[in-house]
Amino acid sequence: MIKTPRTKMREQDSQERIDNFLEVALGYSLEEARQEAMRCIDCKNPKCVLACPVRVKIPEFMKLLLEDALDESFHTIYEDNILPSICGRVCPQESQCEGACILGIKSEPVSIGALERFVGDYGMEKGLANTGKPESNGIKVAVVGSGPAGLANAASLRKKGYDVTIFEALHDYGGVLKYGIPDFRLPKEIVTNEIDNLKDLGVKFVKNAVIGKSLTIDQLFEDNYQSIFIGSGAGLPSALGVPGENLNGVYYANEFLTRVNLMKSRTKEFSKTPIKLGDNIAVVGGGNVAMDAARTAKRLGAKNVFILYRRGREGLPARLEEIHHAEEEGIDFRLLTNPIEIIGENRIVKQVRCEHMKLGEPDSSGRRRPLPTGEYSTYDIDNIIISIGQKPNPILKDNTLGLETQPWGGIITDEFQMTSIPGVFAGGDVVTGAATVILAMGAGKDAAHHMHEYLQTKQQ
Amino acid sequence: MYKITKKKVLNEAVDLMHIEAPLVAKNAQPGHFVIVRVDKDGERIPLTIAGMDGDQVHIIYQKLGYSTQLLGEKQEGDFVEDFVGPLGKAAHIRDKKHVVGVAGGVGSAPLLPQLKAYAEQGTKVTLILGGRNKDYIILRDQYAPFCENIIITTDDGSLGQKGLVTDALKPLLEKDKSIDHVIAIGPVIMMKFVTLMAKEHEKTIDVSLNPIMIDGTGMCGNCRVSIGGDTYFACIDGPDFPGEEVDFDELMSRQNYYKDQEHDCYMRLKR
Ligand SMILES: Cc1cc2nc3c(=O)[nH]c(=O)nc-3n(C[C@H](O)[C@H](O)[C@H](O)COP(=O)(O)OP(=O)(O)OC[C@H]3O[C@@H](n4cnc5c(N)ncnc54)[C@H](O)[C@@H]3O)c2cc1C
Ligand code: FES
Repeated sequence: MIKTPRTKMREQDSQERIDNFLEVALGYSLEEARQEAMRCIDCKNPKCVLACPVRVKIPEFMKLLLEDALDESFHTIYEDNILPSICGRVCPQESQCEGACILGIKSEPVSIGALERFVGDYGMEKGLANTGKPESNGIKVAVVGSGPAGLANAASLRKKGYDVTIFEALHDYGGVLKYGIPDFRLPKEIVTNEIDNLKDLGVKFVKNAVIGKSLTIDQLFEDNYQSIFIGSGAGLPSALGVPGENLNGVYYANEFLTRVNLMKSRTKEFSKTPIKLGDNIAVVGGGNVAMDAARTAKRLGAKNVFILYRRGREGLPARLEEIHHAEEEGIDFRLLTNPIEIIGENRIVKQVRCEHMKLGEPDSSGRRRPLPTGEYSTYDIDNIIISIGQKPNPILKDNTLGLETQPWGGIITDEFQMTSIPGVFAGGDVVTGAATVILAMGAGKDAAHHMHEYLQTKQQ
Repeated sequence: MYKITKKKVLNEAVDLMHIEAPLVAKNAQPGHFVIVRVDKDGERIPLTIAGMDGDQVHIIYQKLGYSTQLLGEKQEGDFVEDFVGPLGKAAHIRDKKHVVGVAGGVGSAPLLPQLKAYAEQGTKVTLILGGRNKDYIILRDQYAPFCENIIITTDDGSLGQKGLVTDALKPLLEKDKSIDHVIAIGPVIMMKFVTLMAKEHEKTIDVSLNPIMIDGTGMCGNCRVSIGGDTYFACIDGPDFPGEEVDFDELMSRQNYYKDQEHDCYMRLKR
């Protein structure tokens, strides 16, 4: 049985897809899903479950799928993961569930992500997540930010009966899922659908509300919110710190992706928030954000798009699938190449100068440390997109007296996810620094549990 | 959706609006700004808060580009799609004896609450209002109750003295030694030259910067400005900065990077 090869997901042809923003991976048919689920050998101690940050009961949902009990299969996932259609698409499965799959030792692991996506999409189509509005217990709770952490927190608390309101700074909900991750990887209808599910549950949404500015944490308490969850993410772009970073034509990935995703600009079409992009584009960084920026640039018509990354291939933190897709789409990887200066002419970017690196001993991250070689190259470019990480936004910290943070801006929490302010909890990227959707979602859900306990004790 | 409760045309290019926005009005202070999105697919436009009363926030805008033109087409009783704030840091009202406020065109709007705050703390205030012609001199009457000395300059001499704001500022700084601070708000080129003049006379100066912004919450980095050689995000660290430290040339070039696209937008509206 182990010999059966993996069932590959159908994909849009790489030459066609670089001209559109439609999803690259097309998903399984029911037949394909069954065929793939059949490969699971149903281990006694399933390692995949332990490797999942939210412990989705993986063998169980696959068994139900094979028994044609698709509704039950969906509910099995949904108990632990309220965003299966999203996580099936964007989780780094190779370092989580699929990385732990026993089959992976001798052959290829079960395509757990693709199966989660299949069951999630089935449930979405059938509206299975819509379980009606639980009765309100009249206790008001506020959630700051509508990314995966805030959404998961709100859903869990609403199901426990709380009167939950999400406050979002932007004009649209979903956090990075809306403004960061592009449609070709995560169609925006899926995110909107998840938000609608929460609305149906009775979660209230307030947009254009910057907590710390429009309303402070103190004012939320004055308005009778009994507990607050902060899921404000890590939205502040990190600087490269090289000369020339403020030249025209130098973008942070956030600006670039926000213009395209949230503000809907495409170079070929008319947009009120346009994006200016030339033919030769350098993208600095090796994570998901860098891959998204590079592949978006290609779709906007850039001729040569290359990644500049100071480590080697093994060091690339992006999902494996995205690296493959980027390569298929003709993105050039210039590895062990570290940008040291951005050069302009009349204040417009023209070139990037890089130092070539070699690999040394492993560093604290366990990856081999890149070392300078003293050899340099200069590349001609029209734009450069910096995607080397994000830090938590300082607005809440700067406007909330007594909210303790790490030197890099992360909110400090105790083992119950409570911050230095009683009744205020936090989770997701704002606590961990830029991480993953599944970790943020898990943190939001766990915090709901701690908030429930806190509120119950408080009510007594 | 946010209701336009009042609209007044100040001149052919500039309107005043009152918008009902309790979440913005609650904590708004002089120096803060808002981001407005006129309709569903609209651009996010930053506008400095010109005043507030109760749940109402006052904005004054010049119909320069596509989106401000579109806003100008809205009437009393209509709605705008999004209205978020107060954003940025409130203006730092310093301990000064005599402050000269210099405003160019619509810069008169953001300057008003700041200069008023100075007057209220007992600082002597002098105002220079500059504009292309007499129609571009706005809000003079609102300044009058707390500001005795108002000097007006117009490019064509249709009101006040003919010339630039710096022509009026120079003799003032030379003559009146009690002046210890200047605030300049207006076109970048104006702020640049006012800053040079203030520096020459060894006066401190605050300016209000208006780079291109998208989110206005510190997320995109498009609004970055160089202050004293370091990079700051105008939307969260500003928009007010000490003029002496600002790299005005960089700001001007960054503002111009999207000029041709803006023109394209504008032409579509006219069609
Ligand atoms: C381009 C890109 C690609 C990515 N790809 C992947 C991937 O493939 N797989 C993966 O697992 N992860 C990926 N990530 C990371 C993942 O998206 C994040 O880890 C996750 O979204 C964090 O969730 P969050 O809820 O903590 O924060 P966010 O998603 O950042 O949401 C925070 C929300 O809070 C709002 N907010 C901030 N401050 C305030 C305030 N003061 N008041 C009100 N609202 C506020 C923000 O506007 C935002 O909407 C990617 C990230 C990016 C940027
Ligand atoms: S406007 Fe986006 S960071 Fe300031």
